[in-house]
Amino acid sequence: MLEIKNLHVSVEGTEILKGIDLRVKAGELHAVMGPNGSGKSTFAQVLAGRDTYGITTGEVIYNGQNLLELTPEERSREGVFLSFQYPVVIPGVNNTYFLQAAVNAQRKHRGEEEIDAVDFLALIKEKIKLVQLDEGFLNRPVNEGFSGGEKKRNEILQMLTLEPKLAILDETDSGLDIDALKTIAEGVNGFRSPERAFLVITHYQRILNYIEPDKVHVLVNGRIARSGGPELAHELEEKGYGWIQAEETPNN
Amino acid sequence: MTETTAINDFYRTTFEQCGQEGFLDQPEAVRQMRHSAMDRFVQLGFPTTRMEAWRNTSVEPVAALEFHLPVEASPIDPRTIEPFSLRDSFQAMVAGGRLVPDQLPHDGLPQGVVIRGLADALKRIPEQVLPHLGRYADFNEQAFVALNTAFLSDGVFIQVPEGTLLKQPIHVIYLSTHATALVNHNSQLPIITHPRTLVVAGDNSRLTVIEHYVSLSGGTRLTEANGGLTFTNAVTEITAGAGSIVDYVRVQQESDDAAHIATVQTHQESDSQVGMHTITIGGKLVRNDVNTILAGEGAEVAMNGLYLVKGRQHVDNHTRIDHAAPNCTSTENYRGIMDDRGHGIFNGRIVVHPKAQKTNATQSNRNMMLSDTAMVNTDPQLEIYADDVKCTHGSTVGQIDEETMFYFLSRGIDRETARRLLIHGFTQEIISRIEADSVRMSVDKLVSQWLPDGQDSINVS
Ligand SMILES: Nc1ncnc2c1ncn2[C@@H]1O[C@H](COP(=O)(O)OP(=O)(O)O)[C@@H](O)[C@H]1O
Ligand SMILES: [Mg+2]
Repeated sequence: MLEIKNLHVSVEGTEILKGIDLRVKAGELHAVMGPNGSGKSTFAQVLAGRDTYGITTGEVIYNGQNLLELTPEERSREGVFLSFQYPVVIPGVNNTYFLQAAVNAQRKHRGEEEIDAVDFLALIKEKIKLVQLDEGFLNRPVNEGFSGGEKKRNEILQMLTLEPKLAILDETDSGLDIDALKTIAEGVNGFRSPERAFLVITHYQRILNYIEPDKVHVLVNGRIARSGGPELAHELEEKGYGWIQAEETPNN
Repeated sequence: MTETTAINDFYRTTFEQCGQEGFLDQPEAVRQMRHSAMDRFVQLGFPTTRMEAWRNTSVEPVAALEFHLPVEASPIDPRTIEPFSLRDSFQAMVAGGRLVPDQLPHDGLPQGVVIRGLADALKRIPEQVLPHLGRYADFNEQAFVALNTAFLSDGVFIQVPEGTLLKQPIHVIYLSTHATALVNHNSQLPIITHPRTLVVAGDNSRLTVIEHYVSLSGGTRLTEANGGLTFTNAVTEITAGAGSIVDYVRVQQESDDAAHIATVQTHQESDSQVGMHTITIGGKLVRNDVNTILAGEGAEVAMNGLYLVKGRQHVDNHTRIDHAAPNCTSTENYRGIMDDRGHGIFNGRIVVHPKAQKTNATQSNRNMMLSDTAMVNTDPQLEIYADDVKCTHGSTVGQIDEETMFYFLSRGIDRETARRLLIHGFTQEIISRIEADSVRMSVDKLVSQWLPDGQDSINVS
């Protein structure tokens, strides 16, 4: 589903991603772990099409298409979803209306009929139960006054409603209490399917107690320093990132 | 200077000629006030950009032309104003500065509530009008108030007695161009109207008033060829009795060749709660002076403004809140959206008088720029003469934020739709503060129509 080859990314002349290679098949869930500042969000945002980052070399193939040639909105309509580490507050724009506009953009792209407000409300009221947010959040401006945990639940609500093929979750687990973490993990687990792939980006191993990854990659200093199975996450939990960073340094 | 004198002479001459047409049978007190106001206008003349309060706005386009008073308005076809109507409201209409008698509400008004033409009220119930008329809007300092007062003949008088709660909003429509000139019945001359509104809210009363200034297209609308301007010089006085709750909404959507100068002066007694919402959509040269005096202890005002400025529109908002008593609260929010070559101005002044201890005042002005050629000047001013006060103010000018835009894009929403939603969202910070549902929804619809590519209202709330 997703194949990334030798991806180099710079911001204002500073190289942040220094050659990423990654293959994710449909049905798989990959965890991308790494310390702060290692380039995890840069990686996620580049895949979603944020243009503040400059891609110097590399290739990203998504379902046979050159992903890097698509605009962010085209990527979304083709099934790429990013759960933001820092979801944006949009004053004055109603949460339900925002999500309905998003769903209809996707439907239009697929040549389907738009969903009307009544049907959409019924749909979203079902979905919001899955993330255990109060219905009151539907009528508030997008993320305005939401707590950190509520914002993350809202991101997952968007994911469940948009039904992407490739979901990239950027530190969706950070700053959550244990209940919220479980809710988010259940949301993700219930959403896993043979047609779908996930990149779960995280700083901590904790969420991987609830979401079983197929592969774990460790991103250090803009490179994937190590890849392995779920056991790699436990190793990191015990030892921290220090030992991998130490191993990495001579290569720099 | 000579030109100014010439134009002053013109208005003086007009003033002396118009003995008839609704001026004749005014109470003596009004005639005297009008004469004083005329004298004062001639002394003051039109303001110039050399004056601090007018430094961003040249009134040259209106000062250079001879604007004529309209004749009595021709009959209004009710269908023409239907689009402006508001459901479940008491509606009144002023066309060419005159009340349209057959448009007054008759049924369902609670006991003691008055909605009448001002001329009629001065004739029949002067004892209720005179204690207030001209008491709040000061013609000694403000030239346009002087001019309005000099030509004061009609408008609307609204009175809600003590303890009365009026559920339905009072909706007053002001048609600015439905008139022909008094001189020779010439429909080609530039027209000036001086609508005057007086709202008296008794102690512990409650009401919502909407003033809605519109132009009718076609008919007597002036074209570029004959001067290109109609001139509305409106003055509204509001007095909010102790414990009253008044929501006042002013919507101006005149045509893009209109000059519109407005003065709103509110006087608030103790514990009154007043909302003043000034929504500017139309007009070519617009100046809003919106002021309140918090005269009684514990009074509160929420002063909100939204100005949508495009084409070559010039919209100048001056506000002044006088904290003249202790324990009063003012919350001021003005938002502007500037597009094309539009020029918006916000100048907000809060004056905390020496005895106004425990004042709580916040002021915020935010501006969204949609084009590189648009302009905005923002100038918040605090003058504090008391020591135990809490005052904050701030202003921002910015474009649509790219990070926010990316959030929309990442959900598949295209740039144009995102832009519309963001701009509309920005307007909600003001619109959502309007109390009455029907009024808020109607204002939202008007604003949505203004938005880029906006045909319909966006159904967001
Ligand atoms: N827009 C940007 N401009 C400049 N530097 C940036 C920008 N975004 C990220 N960086 C830098 O790139 C590095 C990686 O950041 P980020 O991708 O956010 O890491 P992570 O998500 O792993 O914490 C950091 O050193 C950060 O300061
Ligand atoms: Mg990050």
